[in-house]
Order: sequence, then C-alpha cells, then structure tokens
Amino acid sequence: MQPFRVHKGLAIPLDRANVDTDQIVPKQFLKRIERTGFGKFLFHDWRYTPDGEPNPEFILNHSRYQGASVLIAAKNFGCGSSREHAPWALVDYGIRIIIAPSFADIFAHNSFKNGLLTVTLPDPEIYKLMRRAREVEGYHVTVDLEAGHVYDDMGFHAAFEFDDHKRRCLLEGLDEIGLTLEQEEAITAYEKRHFGR
Amino acid sequence: MSSPRTLFEKLWDEHVVAQPNGPRTLLYIDLHLVHEVTSPQAFDGLRENGRRVRRPERTVATVDHNVPTTPGHLPILDEIAARQIDALRQNCREFEIRLYDIDAAEQGIVHVIGPELGLTQPGMTIVCGDSHTSTHGAFGALAFGIGTSEVEHVLATQCLPHNKPRKMQILANGSVPHGVAAKDLVLAIIGQIGTDGATGYAIEYAGEAVRGLSMEGRMTLCNMSIEAGARAGMVAPDETTFAYLKGRRFAPQGADWEPAVARWKKLPSDAGAHYDRIVHIDASRLAPFVTWGTNPGMVVPVTGKVPDPAHAVTEADRLASQRALEYMGLAAGTRIEDIRIDRVFIGSCTNSRLEDLRAAAKVVKGYRVDPKVRAMVVPGSQNVKKLAEEEGLDRIFREAGFDWRESGCSMCLGMNPDILQPGERCASTSNRNFEGRQGRGGRTHLVSPMMAAAAAVTGHFTDIRGWRFH
Repeated sequence: MQPFRVHKGLAIPLDRANVDTDQIVPKQFLKRIERTGFGKFLFHDWRYTPDGEPNPEFILNHSRYQGASVLIAAKNFGCGSSREHAPWALVDYGIRIIIAPSFADIFAHNSFKNGLLTVTLPDPEIYKLMRRAREVEGYHVTVDLEAGHVYDDMGFHAAFEFDDHKRRCLLEGLDEIGLTLEQEEAITAYEKRHFGR
Repeated sequence: MSSPRTLFEKLWDEHVVAQPNGPRTLLYIDLHLVHEVTSPQAFDGLRENGRRVRRPERTVATVDHNVPTTPGHLPILDEIAARQIDALRQNCREFEIRLYDIDAAEQGIVHVIGPELGLTQPGMTIVCGDSHTSTHGAFGALAFGIGTSEVEHVLATQCLPHNKPRKMQILANGSVPHGVAAKDLVLAIIGQIGTDGATGYAIEYAGEAVRGLSMEGRMTLCNMSIEAGARAGMVAPDETTFAYLKGRRFAPQGADWEPAVARWKKLPSDAGAHYDRIVHIDASRLAPFVTWGTNPGMVVPVTGKVPDPAHAVTEADRLASQRALEYMGLAAGTRIEDIRIDRVFIGSCTNSRLEDLRAAAKVVKGYRVDPKVRAMVVPGSQNVKKLAEEEGLDRIFREAGFDWRESGCSMCLGMNPDILQPGERCASTSNRNFEGRQGRGGRTHLVSPMMAAAAAVTGHFTDIRGWRFH
C-alpha cells in the first residue's frame, strides 16, 4: 500500500450528488486485466464528447484545474458497483484525496486499499470548500492524516474522524494481507474447530 | 443466558477468527465466488507476492459479465474481453479453482448459479467481487460485494478484515397485492429510504410480505440492497428456504440433511433482538413501480407522473432531478403510462430466474411485441435456459418476437455487445438506471419482469394490474 501522511494539493469541485462508479469509470474499460492506466478513462462519458473530444463544459477539462489532486465531492460519492477500477482511475489520474459529506461503503474500502484518502466532513464544511475551489483560482487544500485535520491558507480548518487501524495502515503503508497472514494460527484453529481440518 | 441476537449477529459471531486491530474483525469466508472482470489483478497480486490460494475448494469461478449472449456464446469478437476470459481460465488452472466456463452446463450469472447449485446455504459467509453479492443473503447468509484488493485478500487468506456494520430491519407488513412483485417491493424501499439510506448497515428483511416471497423473490429483494447503500441484505431461513435447497447438487445430502436443517433453524433473529434502525413498509398498499431518473431511488408507481424538480426537498435534490430529467429526455408531469419505449431487457442477477421468466411469459402469451420495440430475454444461467425451454417459455417469447439468448449479465451493464444506442429508452428488469449503464446515452427504466413484458407488447409502460392474460 502507498503510504499517506500529509498532502497539499490543488482542489477541484465536483458538485453532483450520488456520483456512481459507472460514471467514474464506465464498463467498457473494465475488460483490461491490468491495474494501471485507467486515468485516461476517468469520468469518461462526462469528460469526452461522443466523438472522443474533450468536453469543454466538464470541470476536469478546465485549464485552471489541471494537476488537481484533491477532489471536493457531494454526498454518496462512489455508489454502485464494486469495481476497484474506480479508485484505480482516480489515483492514476492524480487524485490523492476525496473530501465529501459521505461515501458509498465498497468504494471507501477500495479507496483505502489503494492509498486514496476519503475524508468525510459535514455539509457546511463541504459547502465552504466547494465554494472556495470554485471561486479562488489555484485554491489548495492540505490534509494531515496523522493529526486528522483539513485546512487551507485562508483560515479554513476542520477535524475529521478516521478509523485508527486504517490510519495506521495508511501512515505506515502496511499490507493488509500480510497482517492477516500473521494470524495464521488463529485461521488454522478456526478451520479445525469448524471443519475438523 | 446470552442476550437476544439478530440473524446478522449470529452470522457474524460464528465467523470471527480474530480481532487483532480494534474494531476491525477478521471474518472467515465460507464461499468465494469469482468472475472474469474483478479477478485478474487479484491473481496477479498473488503471483507478485508468491502467495497461494488458501482454500481453492471454497472458491468457485464462472464467466458472466463479458460473455456474448448470441447462440453458443460465440464468437467473442471483442479481443480485450476474450483476453480477460482467457486470463480467468489460466488463473483457475494455475490455482486449481473450479471454473464453470462458457460451454459448461453450470455457466451463468454468478448470483444465479450459486443458489441454483446449492453452493449458497444458510449460515454461510459469502463474498464476490461484485456488489450484487447481497443476493445470496436471501438464504440467511452474510453475503457482500468486495473490491479486487479484497478478492486477493480472500484468495490468499480465506479471511477478510471488516468493521461490523449497524443493523437495520426492514419490516414489510401486509401481503403484496396481485401484480406487484418483489422488484416493486425493493424499488419502493429504495424510494423511501434513498440510495444511501442503508449505507453502513446490514439489512434484515422481515414481515409477512417477505415471508410470503419465494426464494426467487427474496433473491430479487436482497439483490438490490446495495442500491440502498447496504453491502448486505438478508432474510431468515425458513421452510421455503429448505424446500428450495433440498436435493440441490452441493446442498447437504442424505444423512447430512436433517442436522443441517436443525442448525439453520437456529439462525432466525431471537425475539427482542435489537436493531439500530427499523423501517416499516406497508406492502398491501404497493403498486407496480417504474424508475423515471438516473438512480434507483428515483421511482414512482406506474399510475404516477414524472415528478417536478421544483418540488424537491433540498436544492441538491432539485439539481439532481433536473439533471436526471435532461438525461432521460423526460418532461416533469408526464404520465408514466404515456412514456414510449424502444427496447426491453428481461434478465440480470436481479430478475433472470425461472420464476421471473415464467411471470413475463404469462404476460406475453398470445401477444406480439410492439413493432417499434426490440425485446430480448437473457436467462440467468444455462440451467434456467434449459428449464425454461423444457416448459416451452422460449417458444412463447420467440413467437411474440423476443430474442431468446444465452445466459450472462448482458445488457444489465452492457460489457458485452448487448447495449443501448444513444437516446434509446429501455424497460429493464435489471438493477441500475445510472447514466450510460446500458450504453452511452441510453435511458433505463427499472421495472419487474411482468411490467417489462407488458411494456414490450404495448410499446409503453402499462399497469400490469389491468392486463388481459390469454
């Protein structure tokens, strides 16, 4: 797992509720058997016109947001399918943090597994961040995972909750499979108890 | 004496291997279902780290998402799809996993074949790299969808670290009226609690209406739990469950049957068990439902109208509704029954089982598909297809002008060649009406199999409760 500690990055607002994983990466790109290279498919049907040209209306194509790494999103971000291709596409594009009022469960798990930080803040805080990201050119947001803080250079400051174990995994870049394999004795004991072998 | 526990708590407690990291519990996984789309990178991960599959005998694979549904499933013209299917074959060979390949009699949608083969049983933990794994909860199992990293985790360890979700009971009282299906019940639930109404919860469905459902109906109900945000949905096992399972290939056989049933009978929630949230639904007042927007919570009865965004409660909802109407090419106030359709899709892990096809065929019998409509039936598995053909259902559909296809996920998500063209409007028995889900620019309306069949005949949404059956 890619470790995560502190990150400061250009913020991009995506003010749409219930962004589903079909929008984050449409199904025609799920046939690839690699983990990498999904960034160019991120938000494909919104980002490109039917003839494959960048859609100038879509915020990802605005010049001032090029290089953005902090996505400010609306509620229930990542709902729908369990495709891990969604966080793969976000990470490959360069997104390191998503800040939203709520996330779909499987998406949040998948993001964690890929070192993509999902930060939950209440609506009023999201509203402030969303507005600043829209109105202030070059607006940067910093997230400090260890301290559990989100802040900017304009006086915004908010604390967020994060699962302790997940925090440790992210800070140290721990491999969760490795951690489970350390429980080999407990797993074997469980199997003996339940299946007699 | 221990305190009363819910079905979910019994399932959870039974599968705790260890609790090494705070609230994060290591759960044992009894059955891991695998398909071609979400597994190749997981197997690569095993190879990169020199890990093996801990319990190949608890892992079962099939191909469903990518496969063409044209006769014989062939040819696979899409080279990238073919490569993904080949990757699964090689991975299953290398790691000694049972695979029901494209030409196997057992092939089908992973959530159709698990129950059909008796692999899915009460009391189990079941995972699959697919969000509709909640389907298997219909048997009183704890079943949920996982991502590819978690697929790798389960392959390597047969365990999954998981935080305990909260418990929600959805109590559907009263009996479901004639013409109203399990699909309508679950659409009504999602319409009521919203697409994130159950995020962080495991749902238990209970009440008279749920008890009265067949196993197929319960699977439809549990299948769409994820559309309300819940990873898992479940129904306590009862005589309906046992009758469905008895004699199935991988269900307990002979002398093993009675002790298994005795174990399963202990699973239902104890009287007085606590839920974090209880939702009430009066099933006796339900009507057939049709979605009008771009998520499954945007739903109204067939007798209703496309809602006016101006009446939305919040500004965010208003914007979302407006955007949905633009995408769907609909005007507020349009009567649902006046909406004309171009395509009909009967299939998917939600509604492609024998009972679904029977219900649709009964509607279609003696009628023709509207000349402006293209309609298709995609059975959920090769076995469903075979049984349907033995009953002559295929003939009813074909004579009416439906395409009768091979099994697979097909137009539910359009990863194979079955997709909508831009602007086409589809009455679909699947589970997601997201933008572009069935093809870029395609417009999906979710309905029950009966409602899809009626729309195919009349060319527009039609209240099945007034249908003249032949």
